Amino acid sequence: MLRSPMFPQVTGKAIRRIVLNQAKRARVGHIGSALSVADILAVLFDGSIDSGANPGGDYALRDRFVLSKGHAALALYAALSLQGKLDAAALDSYCGNGSHLAVHPEKELQGVDFSAGSLGQGLSTGTGAALAMRLKGHAGRVRVLLSDAEINEGSTWEAVMFAAHHKLDNLDVVVDLNGQQALGMTRDVLDLSPMAQRWQAFGWDVREADGHDAQALRAHLNASTGEKGKPRVVLAKTRCGKGVSFMESQIKWHYWPMSDDEYASALAEVEAA
Amino acid sequence: MRKALIRTLVELAERDPRVVFMTADLGYLFVEPFAERFPDRFFNVGVAEQNMVGMATGLAEGGFIPYVYSIATFAALRPYEFIRNGPVLQNLAVRIVGVGGGFEYDYAGPTHYALEDVGAMRMLPGLNVIAPADSAQCRTALLALHAAPGPAYFRLGKDDNFMVPGLDGRFEAGRIQVVREGGDALFVAMGPSVALALRAADLLAAKGLQSTVAIVASVSPAPIADLRDLLARFPFAVTVENHYAIGGVGSLVCEVAAEHNLDCRVTRCGVTRSPAGPQGNQEFMNRLHGLSPEHLAQAALDRIADTRRPGNRVQNDWAPAAEWGAPHTAVRKPVPAPETARKVD
Repeated sequence: MLRSPMFPQVTGKAIRRIVLNQAKRARVGHIGSALSVADILAVLFDGSIDSGANPGGDYALRDRFVLSKGHAALALYAALSLQGKLDAAALDSYCGNGSHLAVHPEKELQGVDFSAGSLGQGLSTGTGAALAMRLKGHAGRVRVLLSDAEINEGSTWEAVMFAAHHKLDNLDVVVDLNGQQALGMTRDVLDLSPMAQRWQAFGWDVREADGHDAQALRAHLNASTGEKGKPRVVLAKTRCGKGVSFMESQIKWHYWPMSDDEYASALAEVEAA
Repeated sequence: MRKALIRTLVELAERDPRVVFMTADLGYLFVEPFAERFPDRFFNVGVAEQNMVGMATGLAEGGFIPYVYSIATFAALRPYEFIRNGPVLQNLAVRIVGVGGGFEYDYAGPTHYALEDVGAMRMLPGLNVIAPADSAQCRTALLALHAAPGPAYFRLGKDDNFMVPGLDGRFEAGRIQVVREGGDALFVAMGPSVALALRAADLLAAKGLQSTVAIVASVSPAPIADLRDLLARFPFAVTVENHYAIGGVGSLVCEVAAEHNLDCRVTRCGVTRSPAGPQGNQEFMNRLHGLSPEHLAQAALDRIADTRRPGNRVQNDWAPAAEWGAPHTAVRKPVPAPETARKVD
């Protein structure tokens, strides 16, 4: 039985709206990545997943989240603003001088547990956070959102091995499996398939899900559905630029900013969805 | 200093449940006292230094004080960007412990020589960089910085036995320690290199020249005020470090002298070229790279003979490195002549 969402307004659609507005206002890219993870972040931040934690207002006892693919930070800021942790003025400072909201997330910003941006570091950090929780005997979970491309990094696999060896079953990884990286499709750049078998071989509890299906993601991310003694990975099949047809699975939208016309039609599509 | 490290960590772990000790599969026959006493807080993470520092970042954010251990090059350089983006950028209490500075790993060869770690670490803002001179100072420094909120890098020597006469375990962050006083020459040594500086001072003493020998163990925070006051009293300083001459204490002393308009010349004694090529033990390598007591004493003599003290030239009657022979070069690969670039029409 799912808990009723505390923040029903944190939805993929609402995140996409903010992503488009802010990317247009700030004239920056990484739109495709932010749209790719919008539904995953909605599920992680809408309060609907039971993590088993009971922080009781104690900040130290909260769940931890690592946005290892830091370049999707705009979607994180959107989720935090929908949660009420960032006000409109803060959001409107995105990519401005003196703002704490840069392209990649910074720990000083409220709601951000760890700075990120250099690929291949987040899973180690998350593994350490999960280890810390276990050593302290705290309930709760650590979630790490990885891009598929950062699985190219050898250090990611160092953490994969450690987490499995030490049976960190309070660690959930979601891989934003959109099949794209900066310069091409992952299968052409450095083929990661078969992804599920690779994680399985390393001893993880592997789930495969549609990364735009909130219900399916929730089911895989609840504390109660985890396999005891194994860290869990949800291979979330996504589309880069999801929700805006002309951006979907297009390499150019990894970096490209929008023109006025592109913005108008993108927003119309998101609103109509 | 590894024995001092492990003894101190056991002691700290006894009274502080935040202490976690991680090694990247190094420390055979010395990590055991900690591992056996605190099996829940000891992790051999495997040969995975990047993950070790990344995890330490997560542990420190969760309220622990992780000490991560490896050979200095592997502890400092392999995970350098993890150190930068983790404990440094996020100001977390991670303790990176690297053992073996300069040529301390003897015949292990250049991959094991830490010659740039202090320079690389010294650039990182907010990172305490500590190079203790002996195991007593190592212990004091570990205790002094244990509860500091930000990150620290400890560059420990391999030697457990040598104790610096007159140091008596003194350490204070941001301070120097003077272990010998004299008015004719000034040696400023980083960590265990003080042993070389003291021997150089002995050579000078045999000629009637008295030296001051100062230790910089707290590289960061830099002992700026202490160095300023010390350098102001001498016409020259010879810096000594088992490290490249760029980036470490020699650079620090130059910065202090220049930024405070001090009338003090600086001779930096450190490694100035790649350690690739002929190998040897620490003493051989030090001599090969200009870090013998004789080299250091000569550097001081050259400064004394400098124009500011005419008539004070002292003759040198030792023969540096002669008894060590020249490096063997017979087995060297022939160096292929560079291909002449052909002009493309």
